[in-house]
Amino acid sequence: MEQVTDIFLKRLIDITSQNPSQCYQCGKCSAGCPVRDFLETPPNRIVRFVQLGLYELALTSASIWLCAGCLTCTSRCPKNFDLAKFMDALRQIAVQDKIEPADKKVFKFHKAFMNQVKKHGRSYELGLIRDYKLSTGDFLQDIDAAPSAFMKGKISITPHNIKDKEKIKKIINKAAESDSP
Amino acid sequence: MKFGYYPGCSLSGTAKEFDLSLKEVIGVLNSNLEEINDWSCCGASSAHILSHLLAVALPARNILLAKKQGLNNVVAPCAACYNRLLTSQHELKLDEKIRIKTEELLEEKYTDGIEICNLIQLFEKIGTDNIKALVKTDLSGLKAACYYGCLLLRPSEITKFDDNEDPSSMERIVNAAGAKAVDWSFKTECCGASHSFPHVEIVEKLSKSILDNAIHHNADVIITACPMCHANLDMRQKNIIKHNAGQKSIPVLYLTQLLGIAFGIDFNKLGLNRHTIDPAPLIKEKIKRIQLREAVV
Repeated sequence: MEQVTDIFLKRLIDITSQNPSQCYQCGKCSAGCPVRDFLETPPNRIVRFVQLGLYELALTSASIWLCAGCLTCTSRCPKNFDLAKFMDALRQIAVQDKIEPADKKVFKFHKAFMNQVKKHGRSYELGLIRDYKLSTGDFLQDIDAAPSAFMKGKISITPHNIKDKEKIKKIINKAAESDSP
Repeated sequence: MKFGYYPGCSLSGTAKEFDLSLKEVIGVLNSNLEEINDWSCCGASSAHILSHLLAVALPARNILLAKKQGLNNVVAPCAACYNRLLTSQHELKLDEKIRIKTEELLEEKYTDGIEICNLIQLFEKIGTDNIKALVKTDLSGLKAACYYGCLLLRPSEITKFDDNEDPSSMERIVNAAGAKAVDWSFKTECCGASHSFPHVEIVEKLSKSILDNAIHHNADVIITACPMCHANLDMRQKNIIKHNAGQKSIPVLYLTQLLGIAFGIDFNKLGLNRHTIDPAPLIKEKIKRIQLREAVV
């Protein structure tokens, strides 16, 4: 790969092992994107922003958070550009640089999920729902589905803690340190 | 046959019936699952959104545990876990920088050599002939739409499994169980995945088109091998019906539950009573109709 001097691009290539310049903007990714109807900016245009050095436009776009990670773009790209990984990297850089996510709900959901893993070593759904609702203030969503989920034993009342949960906490904390720019 | 087992968080929570039915079916097939001791979350759909290193390291811990336990292969029935375990393995193999960082994080050397299998590969290893030989209930009147979703297949460079646009491996298992797999168009479309909480409107739209396409192709049930797909297609179906006039319901079963029904296992042991759209009345009716037809003949 050619010498890259741009610091942002270097970070991106470091995470994804690919240069976004390889995308020739055919738009096949956007044509097959299942969440395209919900995006203000289609995925190929996010790549274009980065190609043009308009990093802030890419990092502050809601599209990077609304990508569902379905990998359809990645598997169909004629240039073998892993767009799903590119989207992951943009989200990761946005988190590391504390750029306010344009879609806070998605960010808060994943944050709440990882907090459960950090506490228990595994995901704990009731804790996830509680933390997510506390962080978004959205208490009404799914209030009708909750009783049936409990009755059917879908959501357990108590978390399952793994024996070595301290290890997981350490891994998550150390990864955050290592990621910080 | 003995297999290492990584249940993942969903199978010990919202998708408990996936775990229950898998264990029932594996018992009938004379095989064993050995669970990885003290396994932890693979990071699922969340770790890779927040940190590349974490997304590689969390699965790696479990791969190393399996290795220490002397397991050669590990079955990860959850499509998301399967995908994250494989992706981690792939990156650790190809990217030396991430391997070094991961080893620092885990405070141990990474060694590989574990084969990760998804649910369909597990049944392929056991063999469709062995499945056929154990079928007790005639399901020939049951038309099933096999739904793969995203993470079992993509990206094929990593999964090296089936055709990622038009797969057919699940159909072979379903047909071996005696049901009729239908041809349909939405086998690999996305259900909206982890947007189920933050953006339920996305999930309802995407899942509705999957349900509609299965119904359009005359399927009686949808068969899945992913807890996230199941949650979106089954749990969210109640609201999809509420929000769309004239919307028909369609039960969604795990592949293991379908096999369990074919093997004559009690419905409650397979956790069929845990679904939002109760599949029991439809399945019972289909079985009864076949029995009646046979009685007449």
